[in-house]
Amino acid sequence: MAKPMDQYKWHELNVGCVIEEVGNAMEYKTGDWRTMKPVWNDAKCIKCGLCWLFCPDAAIYQNDEGFYAANLDYCKGCGICAKECKPGAITMVEEER
Amino acid sequence: MRLKSLELYTEHPEYEFAVSGHRACQGCAEMLALRLALKVFGEDTIIAMATGCMEIISTPLPTTSWRLPWIHVAFENTAAVASGIESALRILTEKKKIPRKDIHVVAIAGDGGTSDIGLQALSGAMERGHKFTYICVDNEAYMNTGIQRSSSTPYGAMTTTSPPGKRSIGQSTQKKNMPKIAAAHNIPYVATACPSYPFDLLAKVKKARMANGPSYLHILSVCPTGWRIPSDLAIRYGRLAVETGVFPLYEIEKGKYRLTYNPEPLRHVVDYMNGQGRFRHLTVKTISQIQEKVIKDWGKMKYLCGVK
Amino acid sequence: MKEGKTGIEVSIAASIAAKLARVEVVAAYPITPQTHIVEHLSELVANGELDASYVNVESEHSAMSACCGASAAGARTFTSTSAQGMELMHEILFIASAMRFPIVMAAVNRALSSPLSIWGDHSDVMAARDTGWIMLFCENGQEVVDSIIMAFKIAEDRRVLLPVMVNLDGFSLSHVIEPIEFPSQEKVDAFLPPYDPLYTLHPDKPVTMGAYGMPELYTEAKYAQEMALIDSKKVVIEVMDDFGKRFGRSYKPVETYNTEKADTVFIALGSINENIKTAIDMLKEEGREVGLIHLRLFRPFPSDELIAALKGVKRVAVIERAMPGGAMNSPLFNEISSLVHSNSMGIQLNNYIVGLGGRDVNPEDFHGIIDDMLSPEAKKETPKEEKNYRVIGVRG
Repeated sequence: MAKPMDQYKWHELNVGCVIEEVGNAMEYKTGDWRTMKPVWNDAKCIKCGLCWLFCPDAAIYQNDEGFYAANLDYCKGCGICAKECKPGAITMVEEER
Repeated sequence: MRLKSLELYTEHPEYEFAVSGHRACQGCAEMLALRLALKVFGEDTIIAMATGCMEIISTPLPTTSWRLPWIHVAFENTAAVASGIESALRILTEKKKIPRKDIHVVAIAGDGGTSDIGLQALSGAMERGHKFTYICVDNEAYMNTGIQRSSSTPYGAMTTTSPPGKRSIGQSTQKKNMPKIAAAHNIPYVATACPSYPFDLLAKVKKARMANGPSYLHILSVCPTGWRIPSDLAIRYGRLAVETGVFPLYEIEKGKYRLTYNPEPLRHVVDYMNGQGRFRHLTVKTISQIQEKVIKDWGKMKYLCGVK
Repeated sequence: MKEGKTGIEVSIAASIAAKLARVEVVAAYPITPQTHIVEHLSELVANGELDASYVNVESEHSAMSACCGASAAGARTFTSTSAQGMELMHEILFIASAMRFPIVMAAVNRALSSPLSIWGDHSDVMAARDTGWIMLFCENGQEVVDSIIMAFKIAEDRRVLLPVMVNLDGFSLSHVIEPIEFPSQEKVDAFLPPYDPLYTLHPDKPVTMGAYGMPELYTEAKYAQEMALIDSKKVVIEVMDDFGKRFGRSYKPVETYNTEKADTVFIALGSINENIKTAIDMLKEEGREVGLIHLRLFRPFPSDELIAALKGVKRVAVIERAMPGGAMNSPLFNEISSLVHSNSMGIQLNNYIVGLGGRDVNPEDFHGIIDDMLSPEAKKETPKEEKNYRVIGVRG
C-alpha cells in the first residue's frame, strides 16, 4: 500500500526511489474524473469486445454472462467505447453527483 | 471472438501490463497503443521510457502503473539507455550470471524524444545493431509540456510555439519522415501503426519483437487534448488519418516496403482536418495545398510498396 | 602480469585495472586525453582478455546513459571521459547518482573550452563537484590502478550504491610512463566479489526506476541521497584499510607529508602533489619546513580528517587548477575556508591558481608561493589586489 506522498519520511523511501510494488497506481481511483458514464444495452450487445479493446484505461470488463460493463472505479467517461460500438449498444449518460 | 483473435499475438490477452489508475487524459489513444503493444511483448520485457506524457501519467512517486521492469532516465537518451540494458543482458547471460532467457528490451519515447532531442541516441542505437524495439508514440507535438511543436507536427498545425497569426500559418515545415530515417539505418524492421487499427498494430508489434536486430515502430497517437477534439473521437480520427492517406500504414522489412492497409479511394484530407481545433485556422487554399501533397506522397508510397 | 613493477603508460594501466575488476559493460566515447584508456579496453575485449560488452556510443551523453541502463540491468559498469565530454554528460551525472547506480568513471581531467584546450587542469571535475558522485584524486599511476579497483568495491557496497569518479590529470598523469605493480587477478577477485545489485531490471522481479517526484516527496528523496553520500565516507575508509591489508599499499582520505614540524602547508588535489613534495624537499634543504596536506577524497568532503590534519597549522596555501568563475575564490579554497572559519581555526588562508590548461608548474613556482605566503601583504585581511586569489604565472 502506498501512503499519501506527504506521509513519507526520508528514510522510508527505497534506495534510488525505486518502486517495488508494481501496478500500485491502481490505488488511485480515476473514476472521480467522470462527468458521463457508459451504459450497456445487453439486448443490442453482440459481445465483440471492441469496447474492452479500445478502452485506454482498461476500465471495461466482461461479466459472467459475457456482456460488458465499465469498472466505475477507473472509467474516466471518455466515451470511446460508446463511439466505437458498432451495434450502438452503449450510451453515455450523465453521472449523478 | 475477441479473445481468440488476440491469442494470435499473445499468450495472456486479458492481462494488463499497464494498469488502470494512470493519469492519462480521457480518451488518450497513446496510452491505448501502449496498453495493446505490451500485451504482445509479454512479461519477458524491459521498458526504457523517455520523459513525456506516458512517463508522467504513469509514475508519480511512490506509485507506478507498470507491471513490467521499467526505467526512466531522461528525455533524449531512451535509445542509449536501452542500448546499455541490452548490452548488460547479453554479457550477463554469456557469463551465466542470469539464466538464459529471451528478454526483449523496448524503448518508448514520444515524437519529441525521438525526432528532435532523441534522434542522436536513436541513430546510434540503430547503427550499433542492438536487438531492441524502439516505439515512437507520435502525438505530433510536445504534449506533456503543453502542446509545443516538434519536428513531427504536421504542416499547418497550431501549437503553442507555432501559433497561427498574421505572419504565420502555424507549423511551417513538413512532418519529419522518421520511418524513412529508421529504414536508412538498414535495420530489419520498420512499421507505422495506429491503435485505431488494433490488429494491424498487434501484428506489427509481434513482428518487431521477432526482428533480428533493431526494430522501429512509429505509432500515430491521437491526442484529444492537444489536437482539440472531443475525447470520444480519438479512435475515429486515427481512422481518418489513415483513410485520407495522411498516415499510411506500412512496414519496411529489410528495406522492402509493404503497404499493410490500402484505404483507397482516399477521402479528402478536409474530412480529417475538420473538427480538429489545431487546424481550425487553415484556409481552403492551404487545405488544398495539403491535399495535393498528401496525394503526391501517397503516389510515392504506392510506388515504393509496389501497389498499382 | 609478471611479478613486481611494470613500466607502463598510466592510461593503459587504468584500463588494465578495469579489466582486473572484471567490468562487464564499458560504454565510452573517445576524447583526448582519455583515448588510450578506451582504446586499450576495446582491444582487451576484442582479443578476449576482458569478458565484457564494449558499447561504442555516439556521444558522452549516451555513454553515461548507456552506463545507467547497464548498471540498472545488473552489470558492473565503467566509463571514462574528460572536459567537454564530462560537460555533455553533465545532466546524466546527477541522475546516475540520484538513481544510485554504482558506475565507476575514470575522469581524465582536462581544461574546459573556450579556448579549446586538450591539456590538463581541474575545471572539468570542479564543474561536476555537486553531481553527487564520490570523488577520488590520484597522484600517480599506482594510485590510479588501486583507486579504480577500490572504486568498484566502494560503489557497490550496499551501504553506498553511488557512482565513483576516479580523477587523474590529463597528459601529466595519463600519458606518462610509470612503474606500476599490478595485483594478481586472484587477489583482486578475493577483494572484489561479483556485483550483487540491490534492485535490477529483470522480469522475475519487476521494479520501476526513475519515477518523478512531486514537491511533497522531492525533498525527502534528495535528503536520503545526500545522507547516503555523507555516510559513504566510512565505507571509503573501510575499503582503503582493507586494500592496505591485502595489497600492502595503504591509502587515507587525507594524507600528510612533512607536517610534523611545519606550520605552513600546501593543500592540493591530484598529481601536482608530487611536484609539491619535490618543492618541499628542496625547501627542506634550505632549512625551511613546509608541509603538504594531500586530499585524496574530495567528495564526500572529508571535514573531520582535514580538521585533524590542520591541527597546529598557521598558514595554508590552497593550490588549485580551476578558476573561480566569479566566486570569491576557487572551488576547493571555498570549501577549506568554510571549514576553517566554521571551526574558528584562525588559520591564514591563501589562494593560488596554477597550471591552467596544461601550463607547467615547477617546484620553483612553489618556492615563490611560500615567499608570498610569508610576506607581510599575505597576512593582511584585505588583499592588495581586487581579488582574493593569485593566478601564478599569468603574464600581464
